[in-house]
Amino acid sequence: MSVLLIAEHNNKELRPFTFNAVTAASKIDSDLHVLVAGHNCADVAKAVSEISLVKKVLQVEAEHYENFLPENFATLVVKVSKNYSHIISSANTFGKNLMPRVSALLNISQVSDIIKVISPDTFVRPIYAGNAFATVKSTDEKKCITIRPTSFDAAPTSGGSATIEKIDGTEASNISKFIKREEVKSDRPELGTARIVISGGRGMQSGDNFKLITAIADKLKAAIGASRAAVDAGYITNDHQVGQTGKVVVPDLYIAVGISGAIQHLAGMKESKVIVAINKDGEAPIFSVADYGLEADLFEALPQFLEELNKLNTIQK
Amino acid sequence: MKILVAVKRVIDYNVQIRVKEDGTGIVTENVKMSTNPPDDNAIEEAVKIKETGKATEVVAITIGEEKAQETVRKALAVGADRGIHVKAEGIVEPLVVAKILQKIVDKEKPDLVFMGKQAIDDDCNQTGQMLAALLNWPQATFASKIGIKDKVLEVVREVDEGLETIEVVIPAIVTCDLRLNEPRYASLPNIMKAKKKPIEQLNASDLGVDTKSRIEQIKVEEPPKRKSGIKVANVAELVQKLKNEAKVI
Ligand SMILES: Cc1cc2nc3c(=O)[nH]c(=O)nc-3n(C[C@H](O)[C@H](O)[C@H](O)COP(=O)(O)OP(=O)(O)OC[C@H]3O[C@@H](n4cnc5c(N)ncnc54)[C@H](O)[C@@H]3O)c2cc1C
Ligand SMILES: Nc1ncnc2c1ncn2[C@@H]1O[C@H](COP(=O)(O)O)[C@@H](O)[C@H]1O
Repeated sequence: MSVLLIAEHNNKELRPFTFNAVTAASKIDSDLHVLVAGHNCADVAKAVSEISLVKKVLQVEAEHYENFLPENFATLVVKVSKNYSHIISSANTFGKNLMPRVSALLNISQVSDIIKVISPDTFVRPIYAGNAFATVKSTDEKKCITIRPTSFDAAPTSGGSATIEKIDGTEASNISKFIKREEVKSDRPELGTARIVISGGRGMQSGDNFKLITAIADKLKAAIGASRAAVDAGYITNDHQVGQTGKVVVPDLYIAVGISGAIQHLAGMKESKVIVAINKDGEAPIFSVADYGLEADLFEALPQFLEELNKLNTIQK
Repeated sequence: MKILVAVKRVIDYNVQIRVKEDGTGIVTENVKMSTNPPDDNAIEEAVKIKETGKATEVVAITIGEEKAQETVRKALAVGADRGIHVKAEGIVEPLVVAKILQKIVDKEKPDLVFMGKQAIDDDCNQTGQMLAALLNWPQATFASKIGIKDKVLEVVREVDEGLETIEVVIPAIVTCDLRLNEPRYASLPNIMKAKKKPIEQLNASDLGVDTKSRIEQIKVEEPPKRKSGIKVANVAELVQKLKNEAKVI
């Protein structure tokens, strides 16, 4: 049977992790169909049809799908699920909100946040903030799965020409209502997909001091991350949080500044290719995962860092 | 208004867990256990709502082995009125927990169910959404702010893009983020008083819920270890290493 991936988008564009989810889903079965549900989202359906690994796109349009309320979305996914062996989405706030509602309606025990596909029914997933990896086998006939996008490469965005089938939706439920979304727009790369991430922790001492980080991020074309403590203290908004209860990032370079390295933070960044820690406490646990540790006061180190970067006249992309 | 709060007993978040050598799970013997952290926020929020006079009763429920009762006892010590302990052994999957909670909701008829957004042991992030589906109630997940307006709840949710505000019609499920509030500590007199508050005990099997796991745990392993790094003497050396050795800038 075929597998169904639920596309994540904003009605105009696909969210980038959908490409990673395509790779994961196609490892389960090559007959991959993608559901694009939204409002005025034809451009999204078209973009999905161009992904070469996608065999078919199901497009559903209705005003009540515009803001992805799970009360409306889950009944739709259940309706579409009949012909599929696996229902898949990314394990980000979109998929985490939706998929368990679908699973329960289908009486399926969901497998969350997989990092590896062993076979169509067996997967590896991190537990205990990534301090253990569990290999699990789903014995339900149909499977509901969320995938950890950073554990799979992004699929090529072009080369395909899947058919787009328009299908009917389900009725709107009136038990929930979308009011507003406060999105922090920036020209920087997205945290989840950036090649370089520089994160600040409680050691930054104030939101204003984050400008030391911003300057370096600008120079390196890096995304900006933060520890939960920095977000809790109001130095920076919640969408920057890296960790067990924030985002998982796997950049080529992760620079942790004034972050102690609690296991909940490590859960979100310790798979990064190269890790740098800047911390004045030589005993901080962050040094145990750092490839390069610099024991220094960040208020001295960051300006020097920027200066050294400015000296390098060629910064490769 | 009545609020039911689901609290799970987990290995304390400060403990560095150890994987069993035979690959069957995590070492739990002689390990400090606590309430799953966001469940403390769920209790705190319910108690705060009761203190404003908008709720009349807060009931804490846990599902798990005999000792899981401690978690309910702690909820009673910070202001819950009474407790329910549904006895079940071993790993109880989110879908099973949700089905048990559904039975309890049918019986208790709460107006709101508060839970944590994620259990820090299984990291599933499922149970609240599943319960909402089973009850056909709306769900407000990852809540960092809750406002009660008559028959609806206005909830600010933490999402990847930033913050989202939704309204859900009561009865509703809310799953709580750690930023929702600052959980209080239990005072000694309140801990003493909590000992007198009632905890009803039930067996999962008596509720007619099939507790068998649908997900088989084949093995549990330690994640691959990072090879140890070095300390650099100064910023110049750091930048030189990043450029010439790691080749990442
Ligand atoms: C259920 C749960 C989930 C959680 N989820 C997350 C999560 O997703 N992400 C997350 O990050 N945390 C999470 N946490 C919180 C986590 O446990 C830590 O409290 C948090 O990561 C600490 O943040 P921090 O390292 O910035 O602060 P601290 O631990 O206070 O560390 C600050 C560091 O800055 C250093 N420092 C101070 N001043 C300077 C200076 N001038 N120069 C250089 N260094 C300096 C200090 O030496 C110290 O090491 C979670 C906790 C719980 C209970
Ligand atoms: N055994 C349990 N007993 C009580 N509540 C639970 C149990 N398991 C999960 N929950 C609730 O469901 C939330 C999410 O858990 P999970 O879906 O496992 O990540 C937790 O924060 C608890 O509020």
